[in-house]
Amino acid sequence: MYAFDVTRPKTVAEAVEALGAEEAQALGGGQTLIPTLKQRLASPSVLVSLASIDEIKGVCADGDTLTIGGGTTHATVAQEAAATYPALAALAANIGDPAVRNRGTIGGSLANNDPSACYPSAALASNATIVTNTREIAADDYFQGLFTTALEPGEIITGVKFPVPQAANYQKFVQPASRFSLVGVFVAKYADGVRVAVTGASEGGVFRWTEAEAALSADFSPAALDGLTASADGLINDLHGDAEYRAHLIKVMTKRAVAAAN
Amino acid sequence: MPKDHGIGASQKRREDVRFLTGRGQYTDDINLHGQTYVYFLRSDVAHGKINSIDTSAAEAMEGVVRIFTGADFEGIGGLPCGWQVTDRFGQPMQEPGHPVLARGKVRHVGDPIAAIVAETKEQARDAAEAIVLDIEELPAVVDMKAALAEGAAKVHDELSSNLCYDWGFVEDNKAAVDEAIKNAAHVTTLELVNNRLIANPMEPRVAVGDYNFANDESTLYTTSQNPHVIRLLMGAFVLGIPEHKLRVVAPDVGGGFGTKIFHYAEEAFVTFAARQIKRPVKWTSTRSEAFMSDAHGRDHVTKIELALDADNNFTALRCETYANMGAYLSTFAPSVPTWLHGTLLAGNYRTPLIYTNVKAVFTNTVPVDAYRGAGRPEATFQIERVVDKAARELGVDPIQLRRQNFITQFPYSTPVAVQYDTGDYVATMDKLEEIMDMSGFAARRKESEAKGKWRGLGVNCYIEACGIAPSNLVGQLGARAGLYDAATVRVNATGSISVMVGAHSHGQGHETTFPQVIAEMIGIDESQIDIVHGDSSKIPFGMGTYGSRSLAVCGSAMVRATEKVIRKAKKIAAHLLEASEADIELKNGKFSVAGTDKSVDWAGVTLAAYVPHNYPLEDIEPGLEETAFYDPSNFTYPSGAYACEVEVDPETGKVQILKFAAADDFGNVVNPMIVEGQVHGGIAQGIGQAMLEAAIYDENGQLQSASYMDYAMPRADDVPFYIVDHSCATPCTHNPLGVKGCGEAGAIGSPPAVVNAVIDALASGGKNVGHINMPLTPHRVWKAINS
Ligand SMILES: Cc1cc2nc3c(=O)[nH]c(=O)nc-3n(C[C@H](O)[C@H](O)[C@H](O)COP(=O)(O)OP(=O)(O)OC[C@H]3O[C@@H](n4cnc5c(N)ncnc54)[C@H](O)[C@@H]3O)c2cc1C
Repeated sequence: MYAFDVTRPKTVAEAVEALGAEEAQALGGGQTLIPTLKQRLASPSVLVSLASIDEIKGVCADGDTLTIGGGTTHATVAQEAAATYPALAALAANIGDPAVRNRGTIGGSLANNDPSACYPSAALASNATIVTNTREIAADDYFQGLFTTALEPGEIITGVKFPVPQAANYQKFVQPASRFSLVGVFVAKYADGVRVAVTGASEGGVFRWTEAEAALSADFSPAALDGLTASADGLINDLHGDAEYRAHLIKVMTKRAVAAAN
Repeated sequence: MPKDHGIGASQKRREDVRFLTGRGQYTDDINLHGQTYVYFLRSDVAHGKINSIDTSAAEAMEGVVRIFTGADFEGIGGLPCGWQVTDRFGQPMQEPGHPVLARGKVRHVGDPIAAIVAETKEQARDAAEAIVLDIEELPAVVDMKAALAEGAAKVHDELSSNLCYDWGFVEDNKAAVDEAIKNAAHVTTLELVNNRLIANPMEPRVAVGDYNFANDESTLYTTSQNPHVIRLLMGAFVLGIPEHKLRVVAPDVGGGFGTKIFHYAEEAFVTFAARQIKRPVKWTSTRSEAFMSDAHGRDHVTKIELALDADNNFTALRCETYANMGAYLSTFAPSVPTWLHGTLLAGNYRTPLIYTNVKAVFTNTVPVDAYRGAGRPEATFQIERVVDKAARELGVDPIQLRRQNFITQFPYSTPVAVQYDTGDYVATMDKLEEIMDMSGFAARRKESEAKGKWRGLGVNCYIEACGIAPSNLVGQLGARAGLYDAATVRVNATGSISVMVGAHSHGQGHETTFPQVIAEMIGIDESQIDIVHGDSSKIPFGMGTYGSRSLAVCGSAMVRATEKVIRKAKKIAAHLLEASEADIELKNGKFSVAGTDKSVDWAGVTLAAYVPHNYPLEDIEPGLEETAFYDPSNFTYPSGAYACEVEVDPETGKVQILKFAAADDFGNVVNPMIVEGQVHGGIAQGIGQAMLEAAIYDENGQLQSASYMDYAMPRADDVPFYIVDHSCATPCTHNPLGVKGCGEAGAIGSPPAVVNAVIDALASGGKNVGHINMPLTPHRVWKAINS
């Protein structure tokens, strides 16, 4: 690591101010950022830890909306979202290992937007709203490609609002080494239609499989997908699977998610 | 009642108290007064010419003590290779230099170029970034066959090519083997890859060099499986420090698996640098560094052919292997694909004619050397895959085909230069069928089919040669050192015993098992006995721990030394009891005169040996301490039969291992629980190789699986609960304990069973594929299903 300073603000306002400093960077659970620092791939002058800001922590169900604070750990989501949004809680419960889940946060995961991360698929499939210190951003506008989001420098994710679906499921086919998703598919059924978001597969990061959404909106059953194939164009080719395999898995995982959600 | 004491008792591992409570003392726990830290600047290109290294800016940085480059090692030896292979034409292998720090060229990603010694780790690393390198990248050779092609870039300019050696074994059999294959009723041919692995012990390598200029003594603390070997190699060949001025200590070591056998540049560096700057120098590998500087394992590309007659008897076996050496010859590298592989190719079968050709190749990759099993897993995989494929081609039961060809008469001289002393392959196969509940397989397969899954059953046998090694034999085979071992049994005045052993324990549980042997021999409690290991200044000598040799070789030396102790103790007892030595019996820690009630206990004799008032000084020296060296007269030959049951998800290619059983013959067993633990760990590594692990280079020589993000280690849920058995014991005939060694069997015996099971599962789903290369990732299995 390069040397850096750490501050631990207690409020979002203090954090925003601290992030105004040259080369300042927010620190969530550190599960992505700390390894990056160890590799000397980042050199912030000051890390602004969000871990002591109580106002961005917690899970709160209000009617059809589940709001999760940006600083809420995966472990907390796994526990506290289970009654309201079991598919989301199950997703959180399957991220990494206990140490990762006890430190890593939903805000950190969404800010990082790793193409293989799990949360982006849930946010996109649920048409969630990303709440920051300055604005609200619809998931459809938020994810902008590999490790790229609509966030401005210094902007903090304070919360995520999930409309609670009628039925949902996340199927994660793990990459054998990292156990991130090789292909992960989140299916969520709402009164006005079904949304399908795919992570792990695309060179452009999380995306919606719109053909499947149309088919499933008409008939929410695995058989509705029979005639479809996911395109391999733009999918990731790497050590763990080529584009063709990933395209195949998208369909298999979508079917399984629908079967499990039913 | 199972025994709770002595040989055969499943005593809990006493060392675990220390390990599980954080009381272990690992090399990284050693911090010396005035210590400095070294950071190695390593090559990020696979092959390049070093035009210049400018360290001037870095030297001026805060905390920097000194920066070393290859030029500082002018006139100092390179890292030696411990084994010389003679090729098919009687010529010695091509043996390039292996500098401590790169000189002239860099030859693999991770090759150390400069070493920055500073007051702190971070200062060293900061300074490394200020070093200006001018390295002209050269084309890299990665693929072995391409490396041997005309016009390929040369890893070592001073060699005639990238071929280390072209070895034939047994060369005199070649024509007969070719002829037998030509005339066979059936020939099964298989091309396969034995995937390159990275050992990944939990503890990365660490080295601390210390120098006391007042008495000109150097000490190296290092994560080694064999401190004496390091002292010999580094002292005599690299740094020119005589043994009495060089101490090598390997304290608690957190796993080795072979990769901590070898003498590494970092060890030589810290020892050298400490002498130069007259301060201790410490290096702790990061995990990322381990991926590109620990010797890798396996990496063979093989074509194997099995010839059978019309009655399905094996008539000949021919093997052609390309073995990757990497960029330099690591300590034992040349021996792995030759003497640890070619001599094993008879396996458990009566194949009368065998020939193997091995081409060892230099490439711009990390050096490759022994990894748990070393050569023997490669041989086992080849044989057991080709036999299974033959059974499938011939439409015969794979277990039956094996049984039909088993060696059943012992001793058995193979056509590949070794003689198996004992074994009972029928017994282990019978046992395997029983513990695996093979008769229930058909029903289990139906259950899987009902869920849309394909179930497969795979078996394999294995034989290994361990207890390394009969020195005279290995000397003829090219070992530059004999491989005996030593032990000193020091009995203290009040009867407790310290045993100084040459074997090194880094997970094997020697601290528990070795005392069990002596406790049994003398009849005293284990708590009276401790072993001392891992410090060249405390133990007589020893070649360390690898090749499942610790108990078979060092344990035998310990038995011999204990026998000497007992002989002398009996003399003392005879004197104390005023009886004839021939009438003295030792039982349950008590010396008695046969046929009388006169006796003296163990402690009475030991006390008399040290603080004698009444002692026959004319006949016996005081004291009770004996040393013995032991050189085995043959290898030991553990063997067994393994089975694996898998379920394949045909939609995704994902394989789940549901059941795994191992029936081993390890000869006599000292601690059954520890033996089972060794088998468990070995199988986990074998399953890791078969299902998950692969070190993969791209065509530019960049390691793509360079971290745990891409290199898949087996986790608990990747492996099933194992069913293991070692009741089919045929004791080794030539060592005093009748033990054979169990450390590597699991890793040797498991990969073919896994692959055979997956091939079987696919066949049950109507997909007949000849072979799938390891690791059987979902992607590869899916491709095989859909090709
Ligand atoms: C071993 C391991 C396994 C893992 N497995 C998985 C997995 O299976 N699936 C998965 O999805 N993820 C996985 N992860 C990643 C994990 O989920 C991380 O927690 C997550 O990616 C980052 O969250 P964090 O809170 O740790 O963020 P940090 O690492 O602290 O920060 C990541 C980035 O987000 C920024 N940031 C952090 N919080 C905020 C915020 N509130 N607002 C704005 N920016 C912010 C930081 O500045 C930084 O750029 C794994 C991680 C590890 C170490």
